[in-house]
Amino acid sequence: MNWHRFHRLGLAVAAVLIVSACGSTSTAGSTDWSKQTSASAGGGMDALVAAAKAEGKLTVIALPPDWANYGAIISGFKAKYGIDITSLNPNGSSQDEVNAFDGTSRAPDVVDVGQSVALANTAKFAPYQVATWGDIPAGAKESTGLWYNDYGGYMGIGYDSSKVPAITSVQDLLGSAFHSKVALAGDPTKSNQGLNGVIMASVANGGSLDDVSKGVDFFHQLKLKGNYVPIVGTDATVKAGQTPVLFEWDYLSASHGKGVPTWKIFVPSNAIIGGYYSQAINKAAPHPAAARLWEEYLYSDEGQNLWLKGGARPVRQAAMTSAGTIDATAAAALPSVPGTPQVPSGDQTSKASAYVVANWSQAVS
Amino acid sequence: MTAAGSPALTAAADPDQGRRRPYLTWLGVVPFFAYVGIFLLLPTAIILAGSLVAPDGSISLSNFEGIAKPFMFTSFVNSIEISAVSALVGAIAGAILAYVVATGNPQGLLRRAVMSAAGVFAQFGGVTLTFAWLATLYTTGIVYIFLKDHGLDIYPGGTIWLIDLRGLTLIYLYFQIPLMVLVFIPAIDGIRPQWREATESLGGNTWHYWRYVAGPLLLPSFLGCTLLLFANAFSAYATAAALLTQGGVILPLQIQALLTSETGSVQPGFAKALALAMIVVVLVVMSLYTVLQRRTSAWLR
Repeated sequence: MNWHRFHRLGLAVAAVLIVSACGSTSTAGSTDWSKQTSASAGGGMDALVAAAKAEGKLTVIALPPDWANYGAIISGFKAKYGIDITSLNPNGSSQDEVNAFDGTSRAPDVVDVGQSVALANTAKFAPYQVATWGDIPAGAKESTGLWYNDYGGYMGIGYDSSKVPAITSVQDLLGSAFHSKVALAGDPTKSNQGLNGVIMASVANGGSLDDVSKGVDFFHQLKLKGNYVPIVGTDATVKAGQTPVLFEWDYLSASHGKGVPTWKIFVPSNAIIGGYYSQAINKAAPHPAAARLWEEYLYSDEGQNLWLKGGARPVRQAAMTSAGTIDATAAAALPSVPGTPQVPSGDQTSKASAYVVANWSQAVS
Repeated sequence: MTAAGSPALTAAADPDQGRRRPYLTWLGVVPFFAYVGIFLLLPTAIILAGSLVAPDGSISLSNFEGIAKPFMFTSFVNSIEISAVSALVGAIAGAILAYVVATGNPQGLLRRAVMSAAGVFAQFGGVTLTFAWLATLYTTGIVYIFLKDHGLDIYPGGTIWLIDLRGLTLIYLYFQIPLMVLVFIPAIDGIRPQWREATESLGGNTWHYWRYVAGPLLLPSFLGCTLLLFANAFSAYATAAALLTQGGVILPLQIQALLTSETGSVQPGFAKALALAMIVVVLVVMSLYTVLQRRTSAWLR
């Protein structure tokens, strides 16, 4: 009778059954890498590389190729170690990543998640310390290695300078030149990037990391003026000209310059909101050695410089700058930061999220 | 002729035959119950159990309190509104189309073409459908640009109604109308031309025929099909998810947000409570549908 429901439900359940039927465990030679908390503890880098090559596969999740240069990082890892990478659900959320920890051989081995998700799911992660562990600042990692910041950046407002006037403050966006042009790069009721955009708007309008209400009010004003575009901005919408003004991480905004040469980034000096993502290894990773080798690669000079080339600020940037191993050209190309950044804590993010979830749809619809 | 050579007699003589038959009948419905059990009852049970688990892990009804929150209640109302509007409009338009088709030549090209098309379009939904609409009518869409070049701006004042609830309702009609044609046409086919002739030979006119004969016969089926369309729109997810990317303003999208939020708002228990509320709504609607279908089938055989 109700075909649509039967059909969809049936597919979903069938998919679950198939996935769970494929479950199996993998072995990793003589050393059980799923228990190792560093490469040296498991017999050194060479042993790790050998074990990872024996596994031959790595599963990553929610890594869009145009996000922080992940496309180049994935091909770089494949070329260097000859390990095949399965990239699941490239546009998924951080929560989708840990939701995919289903105990099967198809589960992701490693994740790249926002602060809130990292803090809430430590029980699902395996502690591991990369060789360059000492370079990661103490505040940017969990002390045993359950999670560790990988790269970050600041919230910016990307805009197509051929379509709108130069932006000098967040309040400019309320002007008539921005009619039907301003969008967020995520749904703030569930996306980390979207929420940080609202937090930035709040701080720029007299709010604070603890008070996101001014940001919601600001988007309400944008809505009333007809300036707000209720779609999630992506590389595609920027190219199509649907979202010529976009609240997003500066390093993601930078990538739009490839398709839209007139693309510029504005970071408000009165509201510099920083945010780092974190790496973590699935405790039940189907390919435990490859997972650890992936982390070693990401935190090597090579991996860190690849992120930097994508416009993201790698967590070892300070240490690599003093050591002289940083890619100086890429570092010089980063947008300048006109003030002191503020970084919302996990707690502040949760509170802001609760407020936005309760008030967002009313403010912008 | 011997008794043993006749199968009928052999069967009648077997004392176990009468007992075996119900057993075999029961076997026949096993696949059906297994299907319903695995694909319908089991997920429902999982949702029910999950909805009772509070965020702190205890068993309570606290998840259901969240439904009363203003923004969640608004989503509930929005969901019911778009389902009701798309069901009503779809039912009326679909019924008219079905009537036109049914009163034509049963073997004719029109009927065959409309029925095939309805069969295809009733199943067209999700991301592909949303994409088709956006590629056609969004501000970068080919039809929008064509109309604008010819002096007709379908988004006066810059309000792009295609990507809010009005647009969603319109897009739902794309599969609601064909579905109505498919489910309503058997009822119209059941109306015999002789009944109209009988009305006329008794001195009745067209009004009398619709008011006292065809109307009362078709009404239960029409209402039943409208309810089916309501449930169809109420439970649709992918089309809306692809269209409304900002601020999930209908229930299926609120459930999605509660399951995938990366900003500390993940509440699987609350999501399941909402899902259960949706199941209850669909259950009520489908029970009414069954009652109405039964009434219809008593007449239209």
